[in-house]
Amino acid sequence: MNKTNEKGMSLIVKTITRLTVGIMLLYGIYIISHGHLTPGGGFAGGVIIALSFVNLMLAYGKEVTLKKLPKGVASFFEGMGAILFLGIALLGFTGGYFFFNFIAKGEPFRLFSAGIIPLFNIAISLKVGAGLFAIFISLVLLKIEAEKK
Amino acid sequence: MKLFVDIIPLFVAVPMAGAFLIALVARKIKWLPALITNIITIGLVFVSFFAVKLINIHKVLVYDVGAWKPPMGIGMVLDGFTVFMLTTVNLAAFFVAIYSINYVERFTSKWKFYTLFLFMIAGANGVVITGDIFNLFVFLEIASIASCSLIAFGTEKHDLEAAFKYAVMSGVGSLFILLSIVLLYSYTSTLNMADISNVLAQKDPNNIILMISALLIMGFGLKAGLVPFHGCLPDAYTSAPAPVSAMLAGAITKSLGLYAIFRIFYNVIGMNQALSSIFMFFGALSMIVGVILAIGQWDFKRLLAYHSISQMGYIVMGIGLGTPLGILGGLFHLFNHSVFKTLLFLNSGSIEYATGKRDLQKMGGLSEQMPVTSGTCLAASMAISGIPPFNGFWSKFIIIIAAVQAGRYGYAFLAVLASILTLASFTKVMKYAFFGKLKDGANSVKEAPFLIKLSMTSLAVICITGGILLAPGVYEHFLKEAVDVILEGTKYSSVVLQAVLK
Amino acid sequence: MKVYLLCLGLFCIGLYCILRKRNIIKIILGFIIAEYAVNLFFILAAYRMEGRSPIFAPDAKIVNMVDALPQALVLTAIAIGLANVALLISIALRIYDKYGTFDITKIRELRG
Repeated sequence: MNKTNEKGMSLIVKTITRLTVGIMLLYGIYIISHGHLTPGGGFAGGVIIALSFVNLMLAYGKEVTLKKLPKGVASFFEGMGAILFLGIALLGFTGGYFFFNFIAKGEPFRLFSAGIIPLFNIAISLKVGAGLFAIFISLVLLKIEAEKK
Repeated sequence: MKLFVDIIPLFVAVPMAGAFLIALVARKIKWLPALITNIITIGLVFVSFFAVKLINIHKVLVYDVGAWKPPMGIGMVLDGFTVFMLTTVNLAAFFVAIYSINYVERFTSKWKFYTLFLFMIAGANGVVITGDIFNLFVFLEIASIASCSLIAFGTEKHDLEAAFKYAVMSGVGSLFILLSIVLLYSYTSTLNMADISNVLAQKDPNNIILMISALLIMGFGLKAGLVPFHGCLPDAYTSAPAPVSAMLAGAITKSLGLYAIFRIFYNVIGMNQALSSIFMFFGALSMIVGVILAIGQWDFKRLLAYHSISQMGYIVMGIGLGTPLGILGGLFHLFNHSVFKTLLFLNSGSIEYATGKRDLQKMGGLSEQMPVTSGTCLAASMAISGIPPFNGFWSKFIIIIAAVQAGRYGYAFLAVLASILTLASFTKVMKYAFFGKLKDGANSVKEAPFLIKLSMTSLAVICITGGILLAPGVYEHFLKEAVDVILEGTKYSSVVLQAVLK
Repeated sequence: MKVYLLCLGLFCIGLYCILRKRNIIKIILGFIIAEYAVNLFFILAAYRMEGRSPIFAPDAKIVNMVDALPQALVLTAIAIGLANVALLISIALRIYDKYGTFDITKIRELRG
C-alpha cells in the first residue's frame, strides 16, 4: 500500500481506502467474535472481511491485493473453514450427537459463552470471507483473460 | 435400540468431508482425489446396505441433530423409502465413480471434478435423508449447484450454453419450492415434515394447500424434468461429461425430483383423487412425448436423454396410480431405470472415449472392436425396452397390470405403446452403432480401459438379475418396506413423531 | 395485505425478465429480483403487528418479538442465492468469451 503505485484509482480514493480498510477489517472481526451476543455472526462478518479486501482491490488494482492475500491462500482458508466447521460438528459425536454442543455453555452475555457457537462463527467467517474473495478474484481474472484475447 | 443410529448423519457428513479434504489437501497429488472418492462411494454403498438391514428390524429411525428433539430441532429420518432411495443413489454413484477414474483423465484439474461429484452425492443423500423441509431445500440447492457446474465442466461452447439453461431453469424451480416452503411455514408454523403433516391434518383443506401443491409440482417438476418442464434436460444430458449425465439421470433427478414429490405429496400433504389424476396425466404425457421425441434423434446422448424423460413418466404414472401394485411397479422401475440408464450413459461415454463421436450415423460396426461395450449396451437396451427376463420387463409389466387392475385401460395402452416405441428406437441404436459395416478409419478403435469395462459389466449383471428383487424372501426386505411407507400416507407423521420419543 | 401483493409483483417482474429478456445479464438480474421477492415475502410473513426485533439482551423483556426463525432461514437462502448468482455470472462471462455476445437468440447451437 505505497502511495507511488501507479495502478488503480486516483489518490483521493487510495488515501480514503488506506484509512478505512483497517477499520472495516476490525469491524468484521468484531461482528464475528460477538456473533452469539449481538446481531450478525459468521456470515455477516465474513462478508465484511471479504468486502474490505474487495475495496482494496478496487482502489489499488489486483497486483497489490494479490500480494497481500494470494488466490491460493484464499482458497486454502476457504477449505480450512469448511473442514473446521465439519470437524467441530463431528466432534459432537463425543457427546453422543452430530452437531452436539459439547463445550460448557458458560454464563449468558459473556464473550466466552454459548459453547461451540463462537467456534462455528469463526469457521463460517473463514469460509465465507475467503470464499467470497475467491469468487471475486476468479471473476476478475476471467474478465482480464477474456479481454486479452 | 439407538445402537447404530449414529450412521444416519454419515450419509451427508462423509461425502462433504471428502469434498473439503480434496479441495484442501489432495489438489496437488494426482491420484489421491480419485482414491478418496472411490473409498467414500464404496463405503456409502455398504452403509446403505447396512441401513436396509437396520430398517428391517426397526422400521423407522429418527436422528436428532445436536440432541434437539425433532419438532423443534432438525431431524433426520431413516425409513423404508429413504433406505430404498439411498441404495439406488449410492449404487449409481459407486459405479460412476469407478468409471470416472479412466474417463476423467482427459480433463485438466481432476480434483475439481471429484470435489463437485462428492458435493452432488452429499446433496442427493441429504435430500433423501432429511426430515426437515427447509433442510431439504438446502441440500437440493447443494446438489443442483454442483451438478450445474459439472455440466459446464468441459467449458466448451455447448457445455456452457446447456449449463446456463439448466442453471436458470433449476434456479426458477428452487424459487418455486422456496415460495411453497414459505407458505407452508406461515400456514403451519413448523418446518418438520412430520409435524407439518400433523398440523395440516387438523385443519380443513382450503385454497392455500391448492396453491402450495401447484407450486410444489412446478418446482419439483422442473427438477425432475417432467414433460411440460423438460426444456433444459436434453441439452444438459447431451453436453455434460458422460459420468455426469449418468449421475444426473441415475441419481440426481430421482432424488431431487421424484423422491421429494412423492414424499411430500403422499406423506406430508396427503394424496387425493385429483392429485392422483394429475400425476397420472403428467406421467403419461412425459412417457409419450419423451419417446416420440427420442425416435427422431441421431445424437446418442440426446436420444438417451429423451428416453430418460419417457421412463420418468412411467415412474410417475406408476406411483401416481396410488394402488399398492402401482406403487410397487413405480418404485421398482425407479431402481431399474437408475441402473440401466446409468449403464446406457456410461456406454455412450465409452464410445465417445474410444471414437470421439456421438452421432449414430457416423458410427457403425463397433461390436467387433468394442465387444464389452456392445454387449452391455445390448443388455441395457433390452432392459429399457422391457424384454424378459431383464429387470425393465418386470417393472413395466407390474405398472401395466396395475393400470389395468385400476380400470385405467387408456393409460395401460399408452404404457404398452411407449414400450414398443422404446424398443423401436433402441433397435435403431444397436443397428447403427454396433452392427453393420465398419466405417472407414474406425479400424484403429480400441476397447475402453479395464475400469470402464468393469463398471459397465457389473451394471449389466444387475440389469439381468434385477428381477430377483421381486422374489419372495428378497422382496420383503427391500421393496416392500418402501411401498409400505408410501402406502401409510399421512400416518407418516404419527409414526415419525412416535419414533422421536423412543 | 398490500405488502404481500408487492412481493408478488416483484416476483412476477423477475419471472417476466427471465422469460422474455434476450440479454443474459438481464436474465440474471431477473433471477435476482425474483429471489429477493421470495426472501422479502419470507421476512414479511414472519412479521407480527408492532413487533420488535428478536434480540435477546440482558435488559430487554421478551414480549412481542417477531418470528426469529425465518430471519435465520432467509440468511441461508441469501447465501444459496449468492452461490447461484456467482455461478450464473461466471457461466455468462465464459459464454461471452466463446460466443462474443450476450444475446440468447444468437446463442442457439443446441437444438432438437
